[in-house]
Amino acid sequence: MAERPVAERVRDFSEVDTGLSPQEAIEEAQRCLQCKKPSCVKGCPVEVNIPAFLACVAGGDFLGAARIIKQDNLLPAICGRVCPQEVQCEGACLLGAKDSPVRIGDLERFVADYERALAPRPPTRAEPTGRRVAVVGSGPAGLTAAAELARLGHTVVLFESLHEPGGVLVYGIPGFRLPKDIVRAEIDQIREMGVQILTNHLAGTSVSLPELLAFDAVFLGTGAGLPFFLGIPGENLNGVYSANEFLTRVNLMHADRFPEFDTPVRHAARVVVVGGGNVAMDAARVARRLGARVTLVYRRREEDFPARKAEVARAREEGVEFVTCANPVRILGDQCVTGVECERMEMCGADESGRPEPVAIPGSQFTIDADMVIEAIGQGPNPLLIGRLPGLAYGRRGNVLVDGEGRTAIPKVFAAGDVATGAATVILAMGGAKKAARAIDRMLRDRVGE
Amino acid sequence: MGYKVRMAGQLAERIYQVWIEAPHVARHALAGQFLVIRIDERGERIPLTISAVEGDLVRVIFMAVGKTTYQLATLRPGDEIRDVVGPLGKPSEMARYGHCVIVGGGAGIACCPIIARAAKAAGNRVTGIIGARSSAFLILEDEMREVCDELYVATDDGSRGFHGFAADVLKKVVTEKRPDRVWVIGPAIMMKVTSEVTRPAGIRTIVSLNPIMVDGTGMCGSCRVVVDGKTRFACVDGPEFDAHLVDFDTLMMRQRMYLEEEKVALEQFSSHTCACGGRKSHG
Ligand SMILES: Cc1cc2nc3c(=O)[nH]c(=O)nc-3n(C[C@H](O)[C@H](O)[C@H](O)COP(=O)(O)OP(=O)(O)OC[C@H]3O[C@@H](n4cnc5c(N)ncnc54)[C@H](O)[C@@H]3O)c2cc1C
Ligand code: FES
Repeated sequence: MAERPVAERVRDFSEVDTGLSPQEAIEEAQRCLQCKKPSCVKGCPVEVNIPAFLACVAGGDFLGAARIIKQDNLLPAICGRVCPQEVQCEGACLLGAKDSPVRIGDLERFVADYERALAPRPPTRAEPTGRRVAVVGSGPAGLTAAAELARLGHTVVLFESLHEPGGVLVYGIPGFRLPKDIVRAEIDQIREMGVQILTNHLAGTSVSLPELLAFDAVFLGTGAGLPFFLGIPGENLNGVYSANEFLTRVNLMHADRFPEFDTPVRHAARVVVVGGGNVAMDAARVARRLGARVTLVYRRREEDFPARKAEVARAREEGVEFVTCANPVRILGDQCVTGVECERMEMCGADESGRPEPVAIPGSQFTIDADMVIEAIGQGPNPLLIGRLPGLAYGRRGNVLVDGEGRTAIPKVFAAGDVATGAATVILAMGGAKKAARAIDRMLRDRVGE
Repeated sequence: MGYKVRMAGQLAERIYQVWIEAPHVARHALAGQFLVIRIDERGERIPLTISAVEGDLVRVIFMAVGKTTYQLATLRPGDEIRDVVGPLGKPSEMARYGHCVIVGGGAGIACCPIIARAAKAAGNRVTGIIGARSSAFLILEDEMREVCDELYVATDDGSRGFHGFAADVLKKVVTEKRPDRVWVIGPAIMMKVTSEVTRPAGIRTIVSLNPIMVDGTGMCGSCRVVVDGKTRFACVDGPEFDAHLVDFDTLMMRQRMYLEEEKVALEQFSSHTCACGGRKSHG
């Protein structure tokens, strides 16, 4: 698959990968060993029948391949682009031991793009059940639950507080990784299935709790949108952003095109991004595209970056500088940011999860000049709605507690995605949402029979 | 798609009102809450306090200061606003306190009648104090007179009512009547100065903070303010806070974050404004 040259791509927001050609796709798919007990399928959180779809691709039947994927994954064009395949399907591929694994993600993307270009028809719907389900939030969890419930014949109303549906897919992940027309096409398809999407509706206020609970079932897919801050001095200086704010200004509000668009964003010469996950990489790469020199500061080592490997590599290619084993302790400046004071960290012992624990080295302070700081150190579930639903049970980090099928402590309320797991991945949100939708369906059908 | 403007007009020098049909907001709005609008596809999201509700209509009142508010002021009945989300923020904390004083400054007076009405409904005696630079900038005097048990008017230049600041009037009311609860709503500097009046007497005083916002739902942190030494998100933890704990200097510093950009946007808008009222037909 081709990648656009660095010099060209750091100047725009168009997609970095240009995708496989049909010939490349067929050749790549032919590498699959068609294992009897395919470990790749086990590595996939939604268990897409990978060998079967690869066999179709190998034989040139791209639409057949798309049908197979869509049985388990309704948003393949998105997952093909953003899933951490190296720790999922591709990480489990036997070919990976000696050679490189089959590029399952690229092939998934190819198949989905091929199908989309031919104007796909939405899957058929079951007989209407007359049951009404409210879905809250239009990220991957909400979209998947809505699509699945609509397919099963239920009437679905989806509430989204932002002006555009898509959740993190539109406000968080930048267009050079996930072009927005792809997200829009997937959402259009869900609308065509009869899902009513009400944007600008904040569930809990625009829709009151009694109104929400008057639905036959409620699915919460409100995500983990609440940004954490480091809690260090200087954090409220002008020029300090949460990654959420920075990315929303650019991705959703198009601040990169100010004043053609009204939303501004600071144009900095030197940006420090704090964090090592996908969010940090995205923020760093967006800041590069706005013309800044970008330094990414992370407490642990480079091999500990939680971000997808490909994104780390691309961030580096695009000129993002990494300062690892360092932790900001203070943001400097008067009114506006002028720098970040950090201290060096040393990796010691292991914490509860078995990861080595970074510990500050006394007297190791150093300063990085910066006129903008972007904090990408994690997000938690937004308590706005879930904090007001009486009877809900919460986990330690404010996430909604659910069973294996998304049931919360309130009988007809279900949840999945980041709101239940804490910040995780698109595919886990979709997998959880699909299970919850099936459980909702069973509950509603049992009641129909009563 | 979009939300219809039903009534629109000018209330005073550079101050305008717009009534928007937004049932999802109107049916659930309480005193003290706000909404976020985005005028069109290229618009920014800006917060505006809900200053009145009638049926499915909500009223917003604003001073034309930047590109978005100038553009909003050009809207006429029948025009559409692309996005309206709300109600946002916590409603005013309300109870039967006894005697409440509601102080409004400039365009901040917009928020006063709805709070005064809520205070009245909760069984309070309500005194209103509204102040502006001059009579040309004064709004909602009649409406406030109607809901308040007594109303004081102050102008900096003495062109109407008391010659001086709302804070001066408040000082007098505080000494003479020792009210139980005070709201002060207006520009940050006015809230900072005016709420000092009640500090020595230890009267609980509420201000409504107006930092720069994006989503208005707690997901970006653009609206962070410092209250009692802690960082809070004004859009979800507020917008009303205990005035005596608010760090107004941080608020004012953060409000200036995009001064340059605001100038650029306004200049471009002004040079581009034609009979059609902006870029609508150029879009
Ligand atoms: C910058 C960034 C990059 C990422 N990169 C990757 C990646 O490469 N690969 C990957 O797998 N994952 C990635 N992730 C994580 C992934 O995006 C999330 O795990 C996933 O989006 C979670 O989906 P969700 O549906 O649970 O929540 P979200 O996508 O967060 O959607 C929640 C939606 O609910 C709405 N909402 C919240 N409360 C309410 C309410 N009360 N009423 C109405 N609407 C409400 C929100 O506005 C939002 O639109 C990334 C995340 C970020 C922020
Ligand atoms: S405006 Fe975004 S968190 Fe308050």
